[in-house]
Amino acid sequence: MDLYARRRVVNGVVMTLSVAATAFGLLWLVLVLWTLLENGIAAITPALFSQMTPPPGSAGGLLNAIFGSVVMTLIATLIGTPTGILAGTFLAEYSRGSRFGEVVRFINDILLSAPSIIVGLFVYELLVVHMGHFSAWAGAVALAIIVIPVVVRTTEDMLNLVPNALREAAAALGSPKWKVIVMVSYRAAIQGMVTGVMLAVARIAGETAPLLFTALNNQFWSTDLNAPMANLPVVIFQFAMSPYADWQVLAWGGALLITLTVLFLNIGARMLASWSTFKQ
Amino acid sequence: MSPTQAAARLAMPLVPSDPDVADLATMPRQKAVIRNVDFFYDNFQALKNVSLPLHDKRVTAFIGPSGCGKSTLLRILNRIYQLYPGQRATGEVLVDGENILAPGVDLNLLRARIGMVFQKPTPFPMSIYDNIAFGIRLYERLPHSELDDRVESALRRAALWDEVRDKLRQSGLSLSGGQQQRLCIARAVAVQPEILLLDEPASALDPLSTQRIEELIAELKADYCIAIVTHNMQQAARSSDYTAFMYVGELIEFDETERIFTHPKEKHTEDYITGRFG
Repeated sequence: MDLYARRRVVNGVVMTLSVAATAFGLLWLVLVLWTLLENGIAAITPALFSQMTPPPGSAGGLLNAIFGSVVMTLIATLIGTPTGILAGTFLAEYSRGSRFGEVVRFINDILLSAPSIIVGLFVYELLVVHMGHFSAWAGAVALAIIVIPVVVRTTEDMLNLVPNALREAAAALGSPKWKVIVMVSYRAAIQGMVTGVMLAVARIAGETAPLLFTALNNQFWSTDLNAPMANLPVVIFQFAMSPYADWQVLAWGGALLITLTVLFLNIGARMLASWSTFKQ
Repeated sequence: MSPTQAAARLAMPLVPSDPDVADLATMPRQKAVIRNVDFFYDNFQALKNVSLPLHDKRVTAFIGPSGCGKSTLLRILNRIYQLYPGQRATGEVLVDGENILAPGVDLNLLRARIGMVFQKPTPFPMSIYDNIAFGIRLYERLPHSELDDRVESALRRAALWDEVRDKLRQSGLSLSGGQQQRLCIARAVAVQPEILLLDEPASALDPLSTQRIEELIAELKADYCIAIVTHNMQQAARSSDYTAFMYVGELIEFDETERIFTHPKEKHTEDYITGRFG
């Protein structure tokens, strides 16, 4: 077999394997989504958005859990975004080449891949034990700890993409460093940074483990941040494990709801990212 | 006398009785004097004992092969090199008699006085108007109408006004490369600096845009002391009044451009400008 024919065969084999691997991965994704749709679509009713989680055997919805998830995700984002952006700014703009920056970056990468249940346990020790009870605050803090490393990483990466020539140009006009960062670097990197925040929100929207140890759950409507608060992931966990058929249906509905939310957040992040590249 | 020494003499306060420099008494005012400047990237010495004057309302070109230190020299004049740790300059750069390399000089104020335009156009990711207003707003609080006027006059100075007057709110990134570079020149001019540093401002542009930039330089020199780094010998010959030829970190020869290009004193300079090396 000559060299060219051999190369064609190898190319064919590699391509077949790649396509097969892709198809294998996609198959499970489609199956998961399909199962979710099939079982969950029946639960998507007005009642789901207007009634509280019911006791077994009676009708109800997920309103308190949806509210709890939105509130805790929001607070976590409000804590995690500024912290993450400032830390990412420190790494990209202030600590270039310094040993301390290297250490911070390394630790952040560890935090990025830390199992979320560890984060839950940590906040349990830190807040729940000291407060004496589960609370929405603890849940929000646990989620914030998951948001921070994601935002730090994306912020740093996006700022590193900003050409140094742009910083020099701003500095050459007599601009102090903070103004260079806020007026020029951030503006150049803003779309990527927002994308990072949205991905972080998508990530915490479905986190269960950290909430089990912190916000726990609440059968009733509660807006008290110092009390346990219902949330979708834990309700799904509880209802799906239960032997009651109506609870299981609600769990499917909640799962579908989270998946759709995450899907739309991801699509939104994608659109934002492609819009920014298109603009430049 | 070695060429470096000769240049150093030029940079010294003029002594009329000295026959070497007698004819220089007719030169225009020296806006800046670079005196015995060394420059280091960490331990690597990129400039060795460079001395030369920059004249007001004149264009001084820095020429020489890649790596000769001409851009480095330019970057000393507004101390932009200090954005990077490990880079340092020693010696003196006197601007109107004040040594800007001295410790304690406020770098932001210094850079507001000494504008710079870079090789690649660097429009900020904001509107054309805001690109120009950015520098002005840093040091002046102007009423809207006055700011509008300043933006307009800066764009006019950079010969860009007619092309952008109807799209001031559009992104600066939407302009062509040549327009972007003129935008950057307008931005530098808008803060009314005393010295303008141009680091190969036309090397990324097509011939037509290059010509516009050169015309612009010719107009701007009526008001500014301009230093330009260029790879393009014709550009140096066309647009500068004085030329400094540099080679591996040393200033080989400094003189009026016409003399450098017609009767260079140094063999090295002659070889370079006639294209025998570099």
